[in-house]
Amino acid sequence: MYIMKPEIDKEKCDGCGLCVGVCLENGIMIVDKTVVAIAEVECDWCGICEAVCPNDAIRCPFQIIFA
Amino acid sequence: MKSKSELVATSVFFAGLKSAELEPIIKLVFEKRFEREEILFFEGEATESLLFLASGVVKIFKTSPDGKEQILSIAHPEETLNEVPLFNGGLNTTSAQAMMQVVVYMINKRDIEMIMRQYPLVASNVIHILAKRTRQLVSLVEELSFKRVNGRLAGILLENAVRDGESGAKLTQRDMAAMAGTAREVISRSLKAMEDDGIIGFDKHRLIIRDREALKKMSQTFS
Ligand code: SF4
Ligand code: SF4
Repeated sequence: MYIMKPEIDKEKCDGCGLCVGVCLENGIMIVDKTVVAIAEVECDWCGICEAVCPNDAIRCPFQIIFA
Repeated sequence: MKSKSELVATSVFFAGLKSAELEPIIKLVFEKRFEREEILFFEGEATESLLFLASGVVKIFKTSPDGKEQILSIAHPEETLNEVPLFNGGLNTTSAQAMMQVVVYMINKRDIEMIMRQYPLVASNVIHILAKRTRQLVSLVEELSFKRVNGRLAGILLENAVRDGESGAKLTQRDMAAMAGTAREVISRSLKAMEDDGIIGFDKHRLIIRDREALKKMSQTFS
């Protein structure tokens, strides 16, 4: 099974924690001052973490496909 | 067609005034006729009087630098045609052309100003009218920019789509926003609208194009 996690750019992340607070799935944690997404939770790719991140450090890219 | 006194008595401008108060106002109103295709006023000209449309239909439009005409609205009887530039003290922001034989009732600007000083109720009516106009314009702007963003987004989706199993570019909503020249919030809203219309669907990190033709049409119409 494909486990979905937002892509994280540890270089850009400054550990502000905004994404942690907004994720309704509690899918994100801060470890060692940088963010990690945990795989076990049901991330539904809502993109809210991406929307709040001031540093463009967490991203939910879409693969666009024809039906 | 309403007579001068009927129009003044029922106009939102003078709502709340007693008939004795309306009498002198009616005397200030004069009538003017325009033939089909005649111009009532031009964009850029100074506004000297408030125009109430008494009968007929008037096209309110702007002309772009390359001569293209954009119709902003079609005015119907009992509407006023130029309250914004009149009270703004500026020049006409649009042009107006008769689409059939038209009769307008007019009141000179200085007379209207005098009436407003005399009856604060009229001034408050004017505020309501201007607020309503602002609302209409805001929704027009929203509609235009929303359609344009939808068109650009539709093009971006088509350009980056691949068949299932093939590998293609992966785009975040932020990427799409940057490509479309807008904010991420606007893209979110556009994607949601397309999803609601059944044009696209989401399966977690996959954005599925369900109605390719609809996207094509959107991207061709507005881009
Ligand atoms: S995309 Fe949504 S569910 Fe997934 S980690 Fe981000 S905020 Fe949480
Ligand atoms: S919001 Fe962005 S910068 Fe802040 S912790 Fe999350 S990923 Fe890092």
